[in-house]
Amino acid sequence: MASNSSRGSSERHRIAQHRLSVIAGHLQRPLNGDTTIRATECKAQGTRPDVATEMKTVPRRRQEIMKWNGWGYNDSKFIYNKNGQAEFTGKRYRLSGMIIPGLRDWMESTFGATVQHKTPATPVLNTSAVQPPTLNEAFVEGIKSTGIPFSHDPEDRVFRSHGHCLHEIFPLREGKVGRVPDMVVWPKCHNDVVKTVELACKHNVCLIPFGGGTSVSSALECPPEETRSIVSLDTSQMNRVLWIDEKNLTAHVEAGIIGQDLERLLNESGYCTGHEPDSMEFSSLGGWVATRASGMKKNIYGNIEDLVVHIKMVTPRGVIEKSCQGPRMSTGPDVHHFILGSEGTLGVVTEVTMKIRPVPEYQKYGSVVFPNFEQGVACLREVARQRCAPASIRLMDNEQFQFGHALKPQVSSIFTSFLDGLKKFYITKFKGFDPSRLCVATLLFEGDREKVLQHEKQVYDIAAKFGGLAAGEDNGQRGYMLTFVIAYLRDLGMDYFVIGESFETSVPWDRVLDICRNVKARIVQECKDRGVQFQPLSTCRVTQTYDAGACVYFYFAFNYRGLSDPLHVYAQVEHAAREEILANGGSLSHHHGVGKLRKEWMRETVSDVGLGMLKSVKDYVDPNNIFGNRNLL
Amino acid sequence: MTNTYRDVGVAGQQDEEDFVDILEERRLSSDLGFALRTFSPQLHKGSPPCSSAELHRAVLESQYLRYVTKEVAMETGSCEQEVREEVCGILGEMSQNLQLRFIRLMAYMMTKVFKTVFSAIFVNVEGLNMLQQATQENPVILMPNHRSYIDFLVISYIMFSYDIPVPVIAAGIPLAGMKIVGEILRRSGAFFIRRAIGSDRLYWAVLSEYVRTVVRKGFAPLEFFVEGLRSRTLKSISPKLGMMHMVLEPFLKGEVYDITLVPISISYDRVLEESLLAHELLGVPKPRESTMGLLKASSVLQENYGSMHVNFGRPLSVRQLCEGKINRCQYNLTPRDLPQKPSADVQACVSWMAHLMVRIQEEGSRISPWSLMACLLLQTPATVLTEQGLLWHRLTEKTLWLRRLALDFGAHLNWPEQIPDSDVLLSTLALHRTVVHQKAGRVFLVWGGEPEGRHPVSPEEGVMRTAAAALMLVSYRNQSLHVFVRPALLATAMSVTKSTERDDLLAYFCFLQDVFSNEFIFIPGRSSQDFEEAGYLLKKCKAVHISQQEVTVSDSGLEVLSFLQELLKPFINSYQLMFRYLCEDADQIFTEKQFLHAVRTLATNAVLSGELDTYEVLSSNVQKNVLSALQRLRMATKVKRSENEEYKVDRAAVGRAGDVLSGKVPPQVLRATPAARL
Repeated sequence: MASNSSRGSSERHRIAQHRLSVIAGHLQRPLNGDTTIRATECKAQGTRPDVATEMKTVPRRRQEIMKWNGWGYNDSKFIYNKNGQAEFTGKRYRLSGMIIPGLRDWMESTFGATVQHKTPATPVLNTSAVQPPTLNEAFVEGIKSTGIPFSHDPEDRVFRSHGHCLHEIFPLREGKVGRVPDMVVWPKCHNDVVKTVELACKHNVCLIPFGGGTSVSSALECPPEETRSIVSLDTSQMNRVLWIDEKNLTAHVEAGIIGQDLERLLNESGYCTGHEPDSMEFSSLGGWVATRASGMKKNIYGNIEDLVVHIKMVTPRGVIEKSCQGPRMSTGPDVHHFILGSEGTLGVVTEVTMKIRPVPEYQKYGSVVFPNFEQGVACLREVARQRCAPASIRLMDNEQFQFGHALKPQVSSIFTSFLDGLKKFYITKFKGFDPSRLCVATLLFEGDREKVLQHEKQVYDIAAKFGGLAAGEDNGQRGYMLTFVIAYLRDLGMDYFVIGESFETSVPWDRVLDICRNVKARIVQECKDRGVQFQPLSTCRVTQTYDAGACVYFYFAFNYRGLSDPLHVYAQVEHAAREEILANGGSLSHHHGVGKLRKEWMRETVSDVGLGMLKSVKDYVDPNNIFGNRNLL
Repeated sequence: MTNTYRDVGVAGQQDEEDFVDILEERRLSSDLGFALRTFSPQLHKGSPPCSSAELHRAVLESQYLRYVTKEVAMETGSCEQEVREEVCGILGEMSQNLQLRFIRLMAYMMTKVFKTVFSAIFVNVEGLNMLQQATQENPVILMPNHRSYIDFLVISYIMFSYDIPVPVIAAGIPLAGMKIVGEILRRSGAFFIRRAIGSDRLYWAVLSEYVRTVVRKGFAPLEFFVEGLRSRTLKSISPKLGMMHMVLEPFLKGEVYDITLVPISISYDRVLEESLLAHELLGVPKPRESTMGLLKASSVLQENYGSMHVNFGRPLSVRQLCEGKINRCQYNLTPRDLPQKPSADVQACVSWMAHLMVRIQEEGSRISPWSLMACLLLQTPATVLTEQGLLWHRLTEKTLWLRRLALDFGAHLNWPEQIPDSDVLLSTLALHRTVVHQKAGRVFLVWGGEPEGRHPVSPEEGVMRTAAAALMLVSYRNQSLHVFVRPALLATAMSVTKSTERDDLLAYFCFLQDVFSNEFIFIPGRSSQDFEEAGYLLKKCKAVHISQQEVTVSDSGLEVLSFLQELLKPFINSYQLMFRYLCEDADQIFTEKQFLHAVRTLATNAVLSGELDTYEVLSSNVQKNVLSALQRLRMATKVKRSENEEYKVDRAAVGRAGDVLSGKVPPQVLRATPAARL
């Protein structure tokens, strides 16, 4: 899939074309003619300030294209087809329309989840279950007079009442709705936000900013104790790339833009941000800033805090922004860092100036099989020590490796399946790897071709020292695909009594192995102690490397058949797992944020004084708690 | 009634039938065949076998030892290479070299010995099954009590018989010095630890890294005696905390998911070293461990020592035990392989856990009829035992009474059910004919040493001879002391304070625990639960009435209470004698040797004059315990003067303590230094 692009007169155009196919590589279906034309069109028009207007991915009525009680697009989901085989529907993804023969067996053997035991979701929202809105009439009048679109339709409100934590989605599937915002507003630009915030302050309503809605920290949950009218401020219509500065390689973007749109629009000009969190299809720029997001290619491009040059945020006190775009400043504590990670408690991020890079010329996946997880971690540590990490390097444990295998689509030819068999024979029989212990690292290289190939060799040489065997591009690519479809898979699981979620942490290198082992063991033990009847899936991957440590990502799921209160059991196990993480020197969060789910640990995480500092900022910026989502503090 | 140690569990002892005699099969089949049996233990998951050379290398190359080596080199001004060589030397002296061949050899030899010496070795199969399960899940620590040299390898022997991985065992360095035997032990899994390591930092570092590496690697269970040494008195010894801490560290630092502790209670009907022990306590030095000595001692192997019970307790999860007691985040901010002083919560938890283990060992031990008899014999005036003799039927009657009381208090007896009680007691007496003998329906104490009447015995010598016999009785009494000690403290509190108020009783109860915590094992910080437990047990046997504020004697309670008070009397009297001596006669500064000598003379005279009716004060163990208690209670300090360690005593404070003990003054809270120093 990695093809070289020849340098011609319309080089940038070609690169952009290529870039689109790159994204499609790990995200989407091979591009159809339609998009090619559109890219050409945009190119022909040059860098117009409002390139985005005609191709909104996120409409105001999101429920028209996205699930209201599950992940992603309405048309894309895993199902068991007539023949009882797993299939992924729709046309959007590489996996779309394909049969995944191994998935059903995997579900049965991993979870004991059989097709006979079904727990389907409520298909349609019963709007009578939604509490009538508590409206602040004066505020509504104010909004009306500004002309900013708003709604108090139950479907709109329910859609914005949650993120994607298990305990948020699970009740929705059963048709249960808790406290939801009373009203949704769709400001179209920075000034609309200023007006909205002013009105909210004036009439004392609670504002909760809503970007992509992909939060996994209960950040979007309406505080049940909130008595004021709650207004969800949906930023999705602020989605323009306002300008691109090719001299300084920056772009100024409205913060409501979602990842895939931002990347597409920049690609059209031959650029990219390189920021690719797993949620990039749906998550928004403002959300990234507000949670201190991290992208899988941070080794080249950096995390969000490295990428932003300038932020504009509207707060109850007014607008905060810096006066210049100097690349670094020594002007006291960086005020950006009050904004980064503020999780919607201080204001709404409206515009961001971000670093951009020319779209890389060449991209290549790769993978390495290690005899065991210990060797794999040692290899990643060495790669980090030599500071030669590729754009992305991830180490999956054995369970996740098998999971990835189960997601292999039906092979088209006998030849491929023969090759697969041969590979397996080579690794397990000839090289003596134990199939129940081996693990795989997936790699993604980016840059110009020669350097990529050189880099690739360097990494494979290091891997070889730790017993690693190169295992091909295909395995690598499938590894990345897994992270994009796993959220869809959770919905399939929930159709058959399986609930689960992911959580993450960052930890110093010397504790990586210990934390992985202990947290996984703790999950298994807690499940047993709490009466879970089936062996849980408890798996992890080392997903980012740093000089001084790594980011570890855990998946945890179990079959809840026989439990009277599965959500409670789930919450207890997750809580125990987080305690275990903290006791093993892991952080409270690497990139998901704190929200309300993890705020009980904030004090011990940042100390009394630290918490006091954050509180005093909140007290100054938002004394009346207009941004009252009660995250973080 | 909540008991921490009951909650966490004392296992496998409800059903006596669970015990099987492992010698039974050995007597039927070939010893050689047994030694050569297929041994296929299931190892703990994920831990590959580790040869002693690999272990050695892992320890040597550890970050921790490299760091300490560097520091020690800096401190002493020697070059790092020298220190490194020293480390290698220490490690060489210490290392085990576990080899299956030698386990087989041991199995062969021990089968021979056990079959002659013991009539049975009982083990609880349920406990073994749980242990076998546990070895597959987490690193396992075997923690037996230590009463005899036999303890040392009997666990390995049982493991070998039941296909459980053979342990690596912490042993005292003197054993390593024995020719051939030392090497055999080493190859059977023993590693050797010096005595009195003191402040030798390098040695501590090597030892602790060695122990931690064994635990981390989990290739074999680790066995160690938490009491630190063999109990000369057959009474539990206050646990040593250093080793316990080393063992727990890999869990505290997250290097292993969990560690499983398995308390093991080994109980003997008759201890091979019995007379040796009594003489040692009276000041005859212990023979050095040597191969020659061992061969000479083989005469003891011609006698019958009854049966032996090895009770494997329920495996305990360190993770569960530490829950809520230790915040493991404290290791987050310093690299884990740098030396770190344990924090207060860790120290307290280690101490608590070590004491808990000893208490569980106590609870799991099997009490023989002989131990109950010893309790009663010691409550008979010595002159009666040496001259008139005690009526046999009276002793039988009382022993049966005490049996009921012991059962009421939850003791586990080793009392054969199928045999008439009188036969049980007679055979017990026969087994212990070296201590007592029966003549014309009366029981007499056997005088040790040379046969009587060769030449006239001086009165002092007479006291020592009686003492030797009495101290043997004391040892066997000690086997069951833990059953009675808590109610006995309460009974004593009732009689000394003459109060019925719970608060008064509790205050005196706590005072006694403070004073006697070197004599008996009390779990730190559990005084009021212990008090509750004592009250509960006394109420259960209908000796007292308990109300919200009061504890009063019941009509039928006197017999029980006076038995319990008598049980403690030797301790109280001995302590009082020494307290009195310290605040009236002794120099203010003295060495331990001077003290022991002076007390011995004083006590001998007191016994001769009839002023004192206990021989226990002659035991160097009690004498040394007084010194430790005084230090702990900050009434004495150890000072180092010209090579000698000397004690400096606060006479006034000791006087006060004596007054409280005798009930003249109500107890005030004594300031004890925390026992949790590692």
